[in-house]
Amino acid sequence: MTMAMALDSGLAVVVLAVAGWTIAARGTFAAVVGFVSYGLLLTLVWVRLEAVDVALTEAAIGSGLTGALLIGAAARLRAGEASPVEGPGVVLRLEIAVLSATVAVALAIAVLLLPDPAPTLAPAAAENATATGLGNPVTNVLIAFRAMDTLLEKVVLALALVGVWSLAPDRVWGGYPGPRHRSDPHGVLAFFARLLPPLGIVVGIYILWAGADHPGGAFQGGTILAAMWLLVMMAGLTDAPPVSRRWLRLVLIVGPVVFLVVGLGGLWLGDAFLAYPAAHAKPLILTIEFAMTLTIAATLGLLLAGPPERKLS
Amino acid sequence: MGVATVFGLCGAAAVGLGLYGVIVNPQPLRKILAFNLLGSGVFLIFGVVARRGAAAGFGGDPVPQALVITGVVVAFSASALAVALLLRLFQETGRATLHADAATSAGANEADP
Amino acid sequence: MVRDVFTIVMVAAGAFFFLAGTVGLLRFPDTLTRLHALTKADNLGLGLVVLGLLLRVQGPLGALKLVAVWLLVQLAGATVSQLIAGAARRGEPSA
Repeated sequence: MTMAMALDSGLAVVVLAVAGWTIAARGTFAAVVGFVSYGLLLTLVWVRLEAVDVALTEAAIGSGLTGALLIGAAARLRAGEASPVEGPGVVLRLEIAVLSATVAVALAIAVLLLPDPAPTLAPAAAENATATGLGNPVTNVLIAFRAMDTLLEKVVLALALVGVWSLAPDRVWGGYPGPRHRSDPHGVLAFFARLLPPLGIVVGIYILWAGADHPGGAFQGGTILAAMWLLVMMAGLTDAPPVSRRWLRLVLIVGPVVFLVVGLGGLWLGDAFLAYPAAHAKPLILTIEFAMTLTIAATLGLLLAGPPERKLS
Repeated sequence: MGVATVFGLCGAAAVGLGLYGVIVNPQPLRKILAFNLLGSGVFLIFGVVARRGAAAGFGGDPVPQALVITGVVVAFSASALAVALLLRLFQETGRATLHADAATSAGANEADP
Repeated sequence: MVRDVFTIVMVAAGAFFFLAGTVGLLRFPDTLTRLHALTKADNLGLGLVVLGLLLRVQGPLGALKLVAVWLLVQLAGATVSQLIAGAARRGEPSA
């Protein structure tokens, strides 16, 4: 067994141990902390699997934003934990364990029986890279080869946000999302929220820009921008905008709308829906990515902020 | 057995753990947690398929990697919606549980529909 | 050759400090002492790891990025530990 193999096996064992602890932990907060650590360890696994873009996304969204979401929920639900509900009995647990183990074993067999040599679309992706002029193959796939998926994903994000907003009680409809966060204006959190966002915005835009040729892209950059916005909101330096504001709704749809417009333009000037005319591919893609980043940042931030809770006065 | 297979088995085990957690734990927030665990296991298996498809100078097949990125974002938005539903349920009934009699007992904190 | 030895020694020292911090986290009696062990040891450990990796990057830009990562982790760690310590001092429930 080579050194790399030993380290990878060790990493896999630690990942599974943390996952097991997340399921078995007694307190909800402990389980959420375990989940965040699991996500960060998973980032290492993704790097070992040579998928750096996915590692960035997992660190930012999978463990970062999801962790923040779950910690916030765990804190608000703390009062409800006083009356614990009984889980299933021992026999039922055993049966469920057998079921889960069967599923896991079936998947493991599927993994071990994967065809060799592995079928791959990498040569096709490499050949067609000249169509867009971008160096990062994952960005190529996201924006050009499977652009339809990305467009629909934008729509899914918007639908999720509409779903979250529709949970507002009638009297606060269209109001301010989430509670009003307040913190000591001379305190550590306010200082941090003044210091970090300029740096974070630069890093976020850089990751968007570098996504053309290196690992990165609109999702990762947009998430960092959303995180900076959330930090400023949580420190109380600014309030979340009311969900009925027109400019906010425009920002939320500018991404998919620009994408759609460029796609329909492809019907006209190119070959098909979402086909980029070869001469203008790169500027079009950059326009789409900038609009996408704006929408992603706003949507992710608002998804975390939650449904409206304060009245629009 | 290459590095990809090790992590593929890890992903399969994560799916099993997540499935167990979703079914067994009575608290909805823990179910959402376990659902995320389940999803990440599935993404790992995608990642294994991507790694094994390394060719043409790339470290991995970019198409499954792009699918996983899409999946992570969609899983987050699903979790956000689920958490919002859960918090609203808690606001209405005072208990965060899917138990049948919790909604009919504890009257509501607000008189809203 | 010397570069490899330097990297290994520095990263191993950094790992030792991380281990020391984790032992402190597990063994110290209350929140404030645990925070103390964690932030001090982890920052120093990360600094040593970064120092060991500095010789392996190509060009000054990569080195600057590594150092920036270390400084950002220190900033975040310091802020969060202050906030946790404040909450612990006020007696707020932490779990």
